[in-house]
Amino acid sequence: MTAQTVAPYHSPLSLERDSFWHLVHAEWIKFRTVRGWVIAVLVTIAAITAFVFVASGVSHSCVASGGPSACPVQPTGPGGVPVVDAFYFAHQPVTGNGMITVQVTSLTGQVEVGQSGNGAPEMGPGLQPWSKAGIIVKENTSEGSAYAAMMVTGSNGVRMQWDYVNDTPGLAGRVSAAAPRWLRLVRDGGTITGYDSADGTHWTLVGTAALPRLTSTVQAGLFAAGSYYESRSCTLDSNFCTRATGVFRHIDLSWRATGWTGTNVGGPSSGVPAPGTLRRSAGALTVASFGDIGPGAGTAYGGTGQSLQRALDGTFFGLIPLIVVAAMFMTAEFRRGLIRVSLTAAPRRGRLLAAKAVVIGAVGFVAGLATATLALTVGTPLLRRSGGLAWPVSLLSEARMVAGTGALLAVAAVLALAIGTIVRRSAPAVAIAILVTVVPYLLAFHSGSQPRGSGPGGGGGWPLQFTPAAALSVQQAVPQFHQLLAVYPLQAGYYPLAPWAGLAVECAWAAAALTVAFLLLRRRDA
Amino acid sequence: MSPTARAGSPRCPPGQARPAAAAALRAEWTKFRTVAGPSWLLAGAVAVTVAVGVAAASVARCPSAGCGIDPATVSFTGIVPGQAVVAIAGVLAVGNEYSTGMIKASLTAMPRRLTWFFAKATVLTAPVLAASALAVTGAALAGLLILRGHGFTPAHGYASLTSATDVRAAAGAVLYLTLVAVLGLGVAATVRDPAAAIGLVLGVLYLFPLAADLVSNPTLARRLDQIGPLRAGLDAQATTGLKGLPLTPWQGLGVAALWSLGALLLGALVVRYRDA
Repeated sequence: MTAQTVAPYHSPLSLERDSFWHLVHAEWIKFRTVRGWVIAVLVTIAAITAFVFVASGVSHSCVASGGPSACPVQPTGPGGVPVVDAFYFAHQPVTGNGMITVQVTSLTGQVEVGQSGNGAPEMGPGLQPWSKAGIIVKENTSEGSAYAAMMVTGSNGVRMQWDYVNDTPGLAGRVSAAAPRWLRLVRDGGTITGYDSADGTHWTLVGTAALPRLTSTVQAGLFAAGSYYESRSCTLDSNFCTRATGVFRHIDLSWRATGWTGTNVGGPSSGVPAPGTLRRSAGALTVASFGDIGPGAGTAYGGTGQSLQRALDGTFFGLIPLIVVAAMFMTAEFRRGLIRVSLTAAPRRGRLLAAKAVVIGAVGFVAGLATATLALTVGTPLLRRSGGLAWPVSLLSEARMVAGTGALLAVAAVLALAIGTIVRRSAPAVAIAILVTVVPYLLAFHSGSQPRGSGPGGGGGWPLQFTPAAALSVQQAVPQFHQLLAVYPLQAGYYPLAPWAGLAVECAWAAAALTVAFLLLRRRDA
Repeated sequence: MSPTARAGSPRCPPGQARPAAAAALRAEWTKFRTVAGPSWLLAGAVAVTVAVGVAAASVARCPSAGCGIDPATVSFTGIVPGQAVVAIAGVLAVGNEYSTGMIKASLTAMPRRLTWFFAKATVLTAPVLAASALAVTGAALAGLLILRGHGFTPAHGYASLTSATDVRAAAGAVLYLTLVAVLGLGVAATVRDPAAAIGLVLGVLYLFPLAADLVSNPTLARRLDQIGPLRAGLDAQATTGLKGLPLTPWQGLGVAALWSLGALLLGALVVRYRDA
């Protein structure tokens, strides 16, 4: 009897099968072979797309009752952006290239401080941060025409602004007789360049505006505007309750002077409480006016359009089935005891968690891309029919909204997976994930509005700044402007965080939860 | 001795046997109190409801008369997240039976399935009612103490924060939380999987108000607020501006009750007629 040598067992599988991507493949097979999970992801896609038809309904009663003619019309500027264009313009026509130079010695203002006995508003001295006066070169005197301007402001120093949305800083500090500001605009074809100076001899370039729409003859001159500033205490007009007064000296036009004409751009229909004035005195011109020149964003938008983001409002409806699936992708392992098989096959627990995160993240991302593309394709024409879009959305922004929705769903799925790993039970895991990603919006929607006149920041407050729900800001389709101190309400599609910053908050939560999940999965018995 | 005679005299003679319902109640109560999960969940629900209510009350301000803020709504803000915890308790009451396989033992011991199911529902309802009363009383007391100092005074039109209306609002909140637990129980009995059940319950609770906020058609928004259980239930917790509510308080509680009873009925049918 000879001793038999037992050959040690060698798995016929090659070592290559141990790689991470095989683990991902295995997890993918686990995912796609559970019929209920695949159906839930399809429900996610269908729910988000279907909600477009509900969300894009007619928003303003004026469309239903009085026909579109009864609706307020927001003037639009170059590129179709909604604008506020209401100010006093002392102008003269100028042809060809040239420049205009002035010295501004004072910017003062009047705001409503209370009401007198008969209810008339009582004015007292005061300025808003963006009350402005300066020089402007404008295509013509109609609302929304192209322009470039150099101005002094209430508390933002010298600025150059053009075509309503652009703003560049110049000299800082307030203007006064002791510290006058010299402003200059140079026209060269379709390019207007702004300079400022503290002494009239040493000039600094502030900005260059390309205004290709300008014709040979344009209007150049002086302007003042009290600025848009929402205030609850004003009875005059809650948005234009400040009158700015600018004093100009040493006015020098390189063009042939033809005398000043005064025009109230925008006219009385723009909501300005009183027309502006032009006063001439020895060596000085004084322009005083309510109004503003700038973007019509936030509450400064008075038209009937809606934010394109409405097309993606169904995201909440898709989030819930996706969260259920993502949490179950891990909790089902614990419930069925499959986790022991999984960990026997892949003893390095972190890699198992990573493979699951990759699979569920990819599923969420692809579902988000698909549904956002569908929703925007279907929703854009629907929104146009029900009052139009509040703000033109560039192709790049649309791409960000689509990719952002994919990322939002992907990260929410990974977060739910991590929560599922931490609590190991499906019901609490799903409930926690829904509480942190969906419910904050519900709380934010009815929290008090932001303080008036605080400018960009959006509505919603802390629930949309510090919870995973902050990621919804990635779908924001309407821009905010630091130079417009309007209220930016959540209801109109404004979020407190910038698009990618909101997504980063959600990513931080997911990363933290994934780290805790990894540590617990490694330490605890499965 | 004939076999028929023996059958009538087991260890517990018929005269002394507890009625089936009482036995089922006792059995379910033993299950409920000997597992740590439900007590922790109910304690969590109380904590969340009171804590969020305190947070909401401490940031609420009523600077002048006619500020239009409902003090009861502020105090009971915690019910919005707190009900999720109550819903988990409701879902797990039945869901755990299915996910652990306990259901087979339960139905072997209690072959009359509806007896088992309604005993389960009763045993869940009583402690949830008690926990809800605790949560709502805590939130209301905290709100009372905090809001008095934040401008919710008689001078600003809040004559009393303990009137009959306020008591009705508190009672409405307690009943609403209990109804949420019943909703969770009914849905879990219907779909059996705890994850799917909690997803459905929270979807029904939270998606109606979200949809109402997001649709631009005001008539549709009001309709959604009337048929969804959350906002309808919140109407029962309001004390001011009752005229402008989509439903009267008791109508609102009725809508929430219809949802819960509907789910309970559906759950009972599934328990009765489907293989466990």
